[in-house]
Amino acid sequence: MNIKSQKDFFAGLMFMGVGVAFALGATNYSVGTGARMGPGYFPLMLGVLLSVLGAAIIFGALVAKRTDGDKIGKWAFKPLFFIIAANLIFGVCLGGLPSVGIPAMGMMFGIYVLTFVASLAEKGMRIKPTFILATALALISYVAFVKVLKLQFPVWPAFITG
Amino acid sequence: MDLIANLSLGFSVAFTPINLLYAFIGCVLGTLIGVLPGIGPVATIAMLLPATYALPPVSALIMLAGIYYGAQYGGSTTAILVNLPGESSSVVTCIDGYQMARKGRAGPALAAAGMGSFFAGCVGTLILAAFAPPLTELAFKFGPAEYFALMVLGLIGAVVLASGSLLKAIAMIVLGLLMGLVGTDVNSGVARFSFDIPELTDGIGFVVIAMGVFGYGEIISNLAQPEDDREVFTAKVTGLFPTKEDFKNMAPAMLRGTFLGSALGILPGGGALLAAFAAYALEKKIKMKPGEVPFGQGNIRGVAGPESANNAGAQTSFIPLLTLGIPPNAVMALMVGAMTIHNIQPGPQVMTSNPELFWGLIASMWIGNAMLIILNLPLIGMWIKLLTVPYRYLFPSIVLFCAIGVYSTNNNTFDVWTVGIFGVIGYLFVKLGAEPAPLLLGFILGPMMEENLRRALLLSRGDWSVFVTRPLSAGLLAAGLLLLCIVLLPSIKNKREEAFVED
Repeated sequence: MNIKSQKDFFAGLMFMGVGVAFALGATNYSVGTGARMGPGYFPLMLGVLLSVLGAAIIFGALVAKRTDGDKIGKWAFKPLFFIIAANLIFGVCLGGLPSVGIPAMGMMFGIYVLTFVASLAEKGMRIKPTFILATALALISYVAFVKVLKLQFPVWPAFITG
Repeated sequence: MDLIANLSLGFSVAFTPINLLYAFIGCVLGTLIGVLPGIGPVATIAMLLPATYALPPVSALIMLAGIYYGAQYGGSTTAILVNLPGESSSVVTCIDGYQMARKGRAGPALAAAGMGSFFAGCVGTLILAAFAPPLTELAFKFGPAEYFALMVLGLIGAVVLASGSLLKAIAMIVLGLLMGLVGTDVNSGVARFSFDIPELTDGIGFVVIAMGVFGYGEIISNLAQPEDDREVFTAKVTGLFPTKEDFKNMAPAMLRGTFLGSALGILPGGGALLAAFAAYALEKKIKMKPGEVPFGQGNIRGVAGPESANNAGAQTSFIPLLTLGIPPNAVMALMVGAMTIHNIQPGPQVMTSNPELFWGLIASMWIGNAMLIILNLPLIGMWIKLLTVPYRYLFPSIVLFCAIGVYSTNNNTFDVWTVGIFGVIGYLFVKLGAEPAPLLLGFILGPMMEENLRRALLLSRGDWSVFVTRPLSAGLLAAGLLLLCIVLLPSIKNKREEAFVED
């Protein structure tokens, strides 16, 4: 049997998988009855519903009338990796990783790291414009978030502020 | 007149310097993100939510509302000049607006969009002010069964809005509902699906989901596309004013768009996008005058109608939120979040318990619309310059503001890790052609639905027929069923898919 719509097929698979997982998980909690719903009742109901919907989407993907296959296409691993990495490294800069002994470096340092890592997501990253962008962002963030909105951040590295 | 007394209370709140300032900030930000393609009001409001902690609740809501309707103004500028929808609701404006710009008539197109938006915004606000009190009365008659039925209707409405496969949209809603259930169950105190992670017992933060899926997910898929050659008509905007002939054509279109948009905005699942599509379809149906430019080649009605409709829809979609506490679309779902942050329970009691907030917000929308028409017509040159900013400077900034926003919600790094996961999930959704807006709506409504279902069934001793024996609830469910049937009708189904293919 041919998959007529790759996108729908895998989307259906995802919904079915998540639905089954939630439904199975819900059985760990007391389900109860309609009049006295336990914590498991509603999730179990929705989990089953989601699995059924997933199955229907898979079925639809197999019998669809399209001819192009509705391919998922190439995954953009590079932007995916660098955008998510920029976000995670920024988190490490703010909070540090005490378990591996990385100290908190603060927001200002984090902004430079984030800007450079995120910029790598696009090809042809140039150092000077990126540096200028990071500096501008650091200034804006300092004024807007620290001075005006007074959000609580570790702004400078922990070893400087003590 | 109650209405006058209420509105004067509203204006006295909205005209304080601080609220004027935040209305202005909201409108500027809204126009900004409206003009910039690739970032929408959902991601922006999610980013700014944590920043509103420090503000008084009225100012916070005024600013966030300004972002939403401001984006409707800004979106049309990009649609007309670059043929890219700056905002999803400007998709149809591209069709005729861009053709007008190519014929050297960018000025009148921008003016038609701006004036249409302003007129519609004012009328929409008036409708909001007039209809909110009676609807609130009705809302007090609602029991849990009615609320549950209303949410079902709202979610079905959201499906109608989603592009692409209906089944996938329904599945996204259910997925959202399930994700909303993660965390401690309010009735039994059991921590559900938390995998013994203490941070998860409070549930997944919806800022985290909104930002991961809408912010990061979209940046990644934008970067994956090669930058096409955009033709920007920046130098050619001369002579803003439409001719007399233009006025004659656009005035009725503006009126029709406004009323259609206002009606569709109130419907659950409605809002700006649906309103714009419907208004364009309506304009196309109306007979052309002799000598009028055909649609698709730069007809001014094709700009004025949808632009009026999307603004009216943006304005009236506040009605279900403010009167019933039910968000009709993803932006309103975020507004629920904003209200809860400030300890305001959205629902019919807001009007009586926080009258200055309720009427202040409505009055601020008038002021905001007046600010926007000034920001968008005389100052159009400034926004056009913005369009020349390359995406490579934009996206690191968005990543940064998302990361800062997420961290400051709870001041812990756990949220920063989870937003990373949701970024990956968001990109997965894009790849699988599953639209994320219904998911967010389901996520907000999940706990509310469970609670109302539980109460309704408790009162009826487990008898499910309570949903059809109570007239209000039966009516709402019937409306939902009808909506679903209409969408599934073959002729409408094809039209709907056609309409969404254009984007």
